[in-house]
Amino acid sequence: MASTQPKLQPKPGVAFLGMPAFTEAAHIALGDDQLRRNLGRATHTIRDKRKRVVGELDDWQDLRTAAAAIKDRTLADLDRHLEQFEAAATAAGATVHWAADADEAVRISLEIVRAHRATDVIKVKSMATQEVGLNEAFAEQGIRAWETDLAELIVQLGGDTPSHFLVPAIHRNREEIRQIFIDEMGSVGRPAPDDLTDEPRRLAEAARLHLREKFLDTSIGFSGANFAIAETGTLVVLESEGNGRMCLTLPDVLVSMVGIEKLLPTFSDLEVLMQVLPRSSTAERMNPYTTMWTGVTEGDGPQEMHVILLDNGRTRALADNTGRQALRCIRCSACLNVCPVYERVGGHAYGSVYPGPIGAILNPLLHGVSDEHDAALPYASSLCGACFEACPVKIDIPSVLIEQRAEVVEERAESGRPNAESLAMRVAAWTFADHRRLERAQKLAGKTGPVARHVRRLPGLLGGWTASRDLPPIPQESFHEWWRRTRGEQR
Amino acid sequence: MKVSIFVTCLADTLFPDVGRATVTVLERLGCEVDFPTAQTCCGQMHMNTGYARPAGEMVRSFAETFAGAEAVVVPSGSCTGMLRVYGQDVAPGVHLPPVYELSEFLIDVLGVTDVGAKFDASVTYHPTCHSLRLLGVGDRPYRLLEAVEGLELKELPEAEQCCGFGGTFALKNAEVSSAMGEDKIDNALSTGAEVLVVSDSSCMMHLGGLLGRRKSSVRSMHLAEILAAGD
Amino acid sequence: MSRDAAPRDRIIGPMGNKEQVLAAVRGAIKDVAAPEIPRGYTRDLGLDRAALIDLFATRVDDYRAEVHVIDRAEVGRVIGNVLADRRVRSVVVPDDLDPGWLTTVTSQVVRDSADLSARDLDQIEGVITGSAVGIALTGTIVLDGGRIQGRRAISLVPDTHLCVVEADAIVGTVPEAIARLDATRPLTWISGPSATSDIELDRVEGVHGPRNLVVLVVTGP
Repeated sequence: MASTQPKLQPKPGVAFLGMPAFTEAAHIALGDDQLRRNLGRATHTIRDKRKRVVGELDDWQDLRTAAAAIKDRTLADLDRHLEQFEAAATAAGATVHWAADADEAVRISLEIVRAHRATDVIKVKSMATQEVGLNEAFAEQGIRAWETDLAELIVQLGGDTPSHFLVPAIHRNREEIRQIFIDEMGSVGRPAPDDLTDEPRRLAEAARLHLREKFLDTSIGFSGANFAIAETGTLVVLESEGNGRMCLTLPDVLVSMVGIEKLLPTFSDLEVLMQVLPRSSTAERMNPYTTMWTGVTEGDGPQEMHVILLDNGRTRALADNTGRQALRCIRCSACLNVCPVYERVGGHAYGSVYPGPIGAILNPLLHGVSDEHDAALPYASSLCGACFEACPVKIDIPSVLIEQRAEVVEERAESGRPNAESLAMRVAAWTFADHRRLERAQKLAGKTGPVARHVRRLPGLLGGWTASRDLPPIPQESFHEWWRRTRGEQR
Repeated sequence: MKVSIFVTCLADTLFPDVGRATVTVLERLGCEVDFPTAQTCCGQMHMNTGYARPAGEMVRSFAETFAGAEAVVVPSGSCTGMLRVYGQDVAPGVHLPPVYELSEFLIDVLGVTDVGAKFDASVTYHPTCHSLRLLGVGDRPYRLLEAVEGLELKELPEAEQCCGFGGTFALKNAEVSSAMGEDKIDNALSTGAEVLVVSDSSCMMHLGGLLGRRKSSVRSMHLAEILAAGD
Repeated sequence: MSRDAAPRDRIIGPMGNKEQVLAAVRGAIKDVAAPEIPRGYTRDLGLDRAALIDLFATRVDDYRAEVHVIDRAEVGRVIGNVLADRRVRSVVVPDDLDPGWLTTVTSQVVRDSADLSARDLDQIEGVITGSAVGIALTGTIVLDGGRIQGRRAISLVPDTHLCVVEADAIVGTVPEAIARLDATRPLTWISGPSATSDIELDRVEGVHGPRNLVVLVVTGP
């Protein structure tokens, strides 16, 4: 094992089980100076780049508007688009499977691998397969799934979990990565070169040599898809390193697990999405490689092609009038990169394969808020709105968060347990319902002012304030009182 | 022009100087200022914490209190945003008078950037999130500050990052909130400015509390207080 | 193929529960109306051919690829020079490649064929292909498996990709490119050499795909 294990060590899976809920996880993450430095540096770099490359386009806002509408249009007729996709892909030689939940997706995947008597599969980074816990399920059955994206390789070799969509090892720095490669590569394939340095170029070279063997020898590839075109049955995968092209081109059998919200009605809709995605995610005019393929092409690429269409909670989100917009998400990670909360706590604190602002709304939408992890997520935001501003498909994350907080409140009320928050909110609402009550409360506060000045630590939830912040001095006279004293009653 | 001010529950209770400064600026510019005493709260805290129903009642009560007002001026981007952007969501069909955040009102309605203030100090400005993103006030606060006699405006690094207040976020996720605020303070201190100016009492309470705990000589002040200075 | 084709016990038919998923979808969207799509974005740049070529070359160069804008008569000579300069000892070419392009090539030339495995390709240092479309704004080349492009594996496994782009195939924008492409062909969009930003978001050129990309933009009749 690498000597530089993160202090948060979640178990992979649908939600990272065994993880503390957000607030506690954030506490651990905030205490990890190395993590904060790594995250700070990485998010600042990508934020600046994104700003530059988005600034190049005069029509950026038009593209965002079109992208949001295209995804909404897809969702509004999703049943029709799914059936159209199935028909087109099948006609092109693919076999289309439907998975209502994670278990079914795993069962179908296993069935395909078993039918080929395979013991190894290569994978191009896919959120859907992570979401259903495919690698773990394969491992239990003795099937080894090799991640081929550089960051996923770092995560897999380090016995770690991803903390970002695009840069799953964003929490690791170059020294840590070098150590992981030296310690772990040899036990699962070609070892790292003896003279490996922590220069990114050398680390990338080590990954190239290590994975090349697997690309050439493995007969089944697994992928997700960034887009699936209903009209033509085409799948689209964007990537940078060429590991995607390897996995999509060299194996004999290809299995692509695709969330049902990944559909686009027509091929020409890509003219918008292929512009907003690269600029929002890797902050490039275009990512190095994109592969688009339709079923099976004779003499070129895998000759057996499977598509697994995955629901797993998406229809739950689809039924939510405010939350539905979260299914527009194209997993670009721009919201993570601009989020001040994510920057401080990292992806693991969200306890899910979907971290950051989008994860904070997506997880409760996919599973509801009855679980304490999911219930904590809507509060993991200061509602600053930076995510909404950056989102290329205009997901109003703050509004969805607010709606979900209401759901949590409702859920708690139904459980009948008394809690300090709802009591405080009731008292506040009562006070604000009549200005005379507010004025009486202000007078009372004014009297306690001289005493309160010496208070450094408050109990309970308010203790969170005084742990790091002074209380403001309570004025002798409220504005109401000042106005009455100096201006008299005007109205 | 007749102007009604909505001073906000927070400024009313804890930062009455912000309300008084707002009155000073508006009266200096010739406005007839009214303070409907039945006012309380915009409902934002309740809405953002998940209590939409009481929030809606507060929005309706606001609408009743300010019914017929020609213009309501609010020394808070956050409360203005609550009423203007979310008002209809929590109180469907409510009829709200025109509501302006202070810098919007001064520049867009009164057409003034030089409000006749004098403030001899170097300051840096934190553009509060809801002014910036919910309202889109843009460079208005900067234009007002630049026109203040004697004031030296220093550019705040990472200006557009949230200070970490976030309403009940400051309590529920106090540690993350403070970590964000500490970074904001570090950036403010790096400018060498003597005053950190904000346009929301809530952010001011949070940043002021952090500055106070550090025993820093840098003060946090509300935009209205700077614009009122010199009288 | 040197590797055995994946053995298969049985034909795998469609699995899972289609009707369950579709019913859930229908239940969720029964009251949702589809919006119109406002397409106010830019479709063409309004540039002439020379300006498009210029922009394309600049943008390809930004990815740290090597770009040459050359006259058709020079193609053979430049290909030979590039391969010699980069000491590429062997190249694979699609079987319909113009032999005229290889007249000055001293590297070993392998014509692609079905029995060339991925392992065989891994022993070859370079590849020469044509392309279907070039996108000026983004510096992107699209291969569609059509004329002189071959199957996808040949432009992937060797480490140096020499790609010929016809000047007439360069368009300004992504929408113009999409309009020219056929979705049902296997498409590969290439923007510079392979790269990663996975280590501290620091961009490094060269991972699994070709680490060297040389683009020849060919002008003239």
